[in-house]
Amino acid sequence: MHNLRVFAHFIRGSFLAVARGSNGYYIWLLALGILIAFGASAYHNQLTHGLITSHMRDQVSWGFYIGNFAFLVGVAAAAVVLVVPAYVYNWGPIRDVVLIGELLSVAAIIMCMLFVTVDLGRPEFVWHLMPIVGTPNFPHSLLTWDILVLNLYFLLNWFVVTYILFTAFKGHKYNPRIVLPIIFLSIPFAIGIHTVTAFLFMGLKTRAFWHTALLAPRFIAGAFCSGPALIFLIFRVLQKFGRMQISEAALFKIGELLAYAMALNLFFVATEVFTEFYAPTSHTIHAYFQWFGLHGDASIAVYTWAALGCNVLALIIFMVPKFRLNLLVLTAGCVLSFSGIYIEKGMGLLLPGFTPDSLGEVYVYTPSLNEVLVGIGIWAIGALLFTWMARVAIAITKGELRLQRS
Amino acid sequence: MGIFSRSKQAQEQPNGASKGSSRREFLKTAATVGAGAAVGAPAVASAMDFDFESFMQKNFRELSDQELQAVIERLERKYSKQYDKQVDVSAIGPMDGVLYGYGLDISRCIGCRRCVYACVEENNLSRDPEIQWIRVLEFERSAALREIKLEDGNPYYDHEQVPAEGKFYIPIACQHCEDSPCSTVCPTGATWQEPDGIVVIDYNWCIGCRYCMASCPYGARHFNWGEPNLPAEDVNPDMHIIGNVPRSRGVVEKCTFCIQRVRKGRMPACHEACPVGARKFGNLLDPNSEIRYLLDHKRTFVLKAELETHPKFFYFWGTEGRS
Repeated sequence: MHNLRVFAHFIRGSFLAVARGSNGYYIWLLALGILIAFGASAYHNQLTHGLITSHMRDQVSWGFYIGNFAFLVGVAAAAVVLVVPAYVYNWGPIRDVVLIGELLSVAAIIMCMLFVTVDLGRPEFVWHLMPIVGTPNFPHSLLTWDILVLNLYFLLNWFVVTYILFTAFKGHKYNPRIVLPIIFLSIPFAIGIHTVTAFLFMGLKTRAFWHTALLAPRFIAGAFCSGPALIFLIFRVLQKFGRMQISEAALFKIGELLAYAMALNLFFVATEVFTEFYAPTSHTIHAYFQWFGLHGDASIAVYTWAALGCNVLALIIFMVPKFRLNLLVLTAGCVLSFSGIYIEKGMGLLLPGFTPDSLGEVYVYTPSLNEVLVGIGIWAIGALLFTWMARVAIAITKGELRLQRS
Repeated sequence: MGIFSRSKQAQEQPNGASKGSSRREFLKTAATVGAGAAVGAPAVASAMDFDFESFMQKNFRELSDQELQAVIERLERKYSKQYDKQVDVSAIGPMDGVLYGYGLDISRCIGCRRCVYACVEENNLSRDPEIQWIRVLEFERSAALREIKLEDGNPYYDHEQVPAEGKFYIPIACQHCEDSPCSTVCPTGATWQEPDGIVVIDYNWCIGCRYCMASCPYGARHFNWGEPNLPAEDVNPDMHIIGNVPRSRGVVEKCTFCIQRVRKGRMPACHEACPVGARKFGNLLDPNSEIRYLLDHKRTFVLKAELETHPKFFYFWGTEGRS
C-alpha cells in the first residue's frame, strides 16, 4: 500500500516535470505538436479513403511504413548495446547515459508498433491477432513471432527503466539482483527482435532479394551503426539543452564502437555485391535495380549510392583517430552513419525486394505526401515520448525530483 | 437461403458453444467499455455505418453451424438490400474425393482476355478501382525458344487484334499451391487451403497486413487499396461466403477457382469464357478426368517450379512445339 502511494507521488512528480520548462522547451513541444497534428490529419485521410492515399500498389505492397518499421527495430535493438559495457563490465562513464539508451528503446518500439498499425488495411480488426480473442497463426507466421518478441522486449525495457527511476526517486540505489538478470535477458532479446524482423523478410522464398542468410547479420550490423549513432546525437543535444553532463570518454567509446559496426556493415555490403554481380543469375535483377535502376529509372540507385557514400565517409571518420577524437567531426560521422543506414535498411532494403514484382513488372514506388506526413507524425510522437521520458529521468538522476519525506 | 454444408476442416475444429459465447461477451464488453479511445479506429473509419456484427464475427473456421447460418442470413439480407436483388450466399463445402486442378494450353491461348472479364463479372470484382484476378502476359514467340522469363512478359499489351504476330500469351492467376506460402505467413489464419485444394480467404477476418502478397510467387493476391465499387446492376447474386461475396476496403482477395460454381459441379467462369478451349479444369483424383489425361499425356510444367510450392495449375503446349 505504501509503495502504491509512493508510486502515485512518482507519477505526479513526473507529470510536473514534463509540464514545466523553459521557453525553448515549449517551442519544441509546439513544433512536435504541429507535426503530430499534420500526421493525425493525414492518417484520418487514409482511414477515410483507404490505403489508396499511399503510393503502394499490388506490385509494391509494402513501402515507406514497413521500411521505417524495419529501421526502427534496429534502433530499438541497438540501444541495448550500450548496456553491456555499463552493467556487465561495470564501466562507469557510460552507465550514467545508459538509461537514456533504454528510454530510446522504449520510444523506438512504440514507433515500430505505430508504423505497423498505420500499414494495416483494417486496423480495427487487429484483435484477430491476439491470443484467446483472436486466432494468431503461431508458430507458422513470423509476423506473430515479431509481435511477441517486440512486446516482450518492450516490457523488459519499460520495467527496468521504471524500476531504476522509481528506486532513485525513493532515494535508494537499485538492487542489482533485480536489474542485472533482466539486463542480461534483454541482450539476447535485442538481437532477437532484429533477427526475427529479418526472418520476416528472409522467410519469403519468392523474394530472391531477401532470401539470403546474410540478411539477419546485415540487419544487426546496420542496427549497431544507426542506434548508437542516434544515441550519440541525442547525447550531444542533451549536453547542450538538457542540462546533462556526459563524459567525453563515454562519447568517444560510442565512436569506437561505431567503427567496428560500420566496418562490419560495409563488409557485408561488399560480400553481397560480389555474390550478385560476379556470378549473376536471373535473381540479380533486384540488385541491379538497387544499384543501377531499371527501364531508365534510376531514382532508387541514387539513394543506394548516397547511402554507400554516407557509410564510407562515416567509416573513415570512425576509423581515423584524428577524426574520431574530434567531437565535432565525430558528430558529423554519426549524422552520416544514421542517414546512410536509414536509407539502406529502410526503403533500400524494401523496394528492391518488390521490384521487379513477382510477375516481372517494374513499378517504381516513391511514397505519397500522405504517407510521408503520417510517417513524420509518428517520428514526432516518438520524439515527444522520448523528450518526456528523458526529462523525468534527468530530473530524477539530478535529484530534483525526489520523494519528499514528511 | 444458402446451401448449407461445411468443410471437413471446419467440422474437425468444433468450438464449444460456451467458449464461443463467453469470448463474444468479453469482446462486446471490451468494445462497449472502450467505446471512446480503445476502439477509436473503427469509429473514425466509418462513424456513419459501423457494422458491429461483422466486427464481432469469428474466424470462418471457428463458426459453429448455427453461427455460420446466422452470418449467411445476415449477409443475404445486407446484400439483397444493398444491391436491390435477391442475393444467395452459400457456404457449400468441398466434395469428398475431389482435388481441383487447372490446365492451360499455351499453344491455344490467343490473349483475348475474355477470361479476365468473365472473372471480373462472375466474382464481383471492384470496377473502380479496377481489380483483375487474372493477368495475361504477352511474350515474344522467339523468347520461348530459350526460356520463359516473366520479366519479359508484358501485361499491358493493347492491339487491334489478337493474337499479335510473333507473340504468345500466358494467363496467370492463383496457382492454388499445395504448399501455399500465403497461408503460412498470414498472421491471423485468415487464409487457408480447403480439403479440395482451393486456397480461400475469410474476407471478414483479414486485417489487411499484406504479408501474403509479399509471399505469393505469382502476384495472385490483390488488395482493396480504395473503396471497392461494384454497380448494383453488375452484381452476381450467386455468391459464396469464402468466394465472391463483395469485399470491403482494406482486405486481400484472389481467385478461388470460382468456388461458388465448382462446388456445385459447374466449370469456372474463365473456363467457360475461353473461346479457343485453352482452359482445362477437373478433379485431379479422378483418373478419367480431362485434367488427368493431359497430365498423363502432355508435357506439362508449372511456373517457378524451383520454389517448390507445388502449384495445381499446369501449363502445356497442346498442339504445337515451342516455336
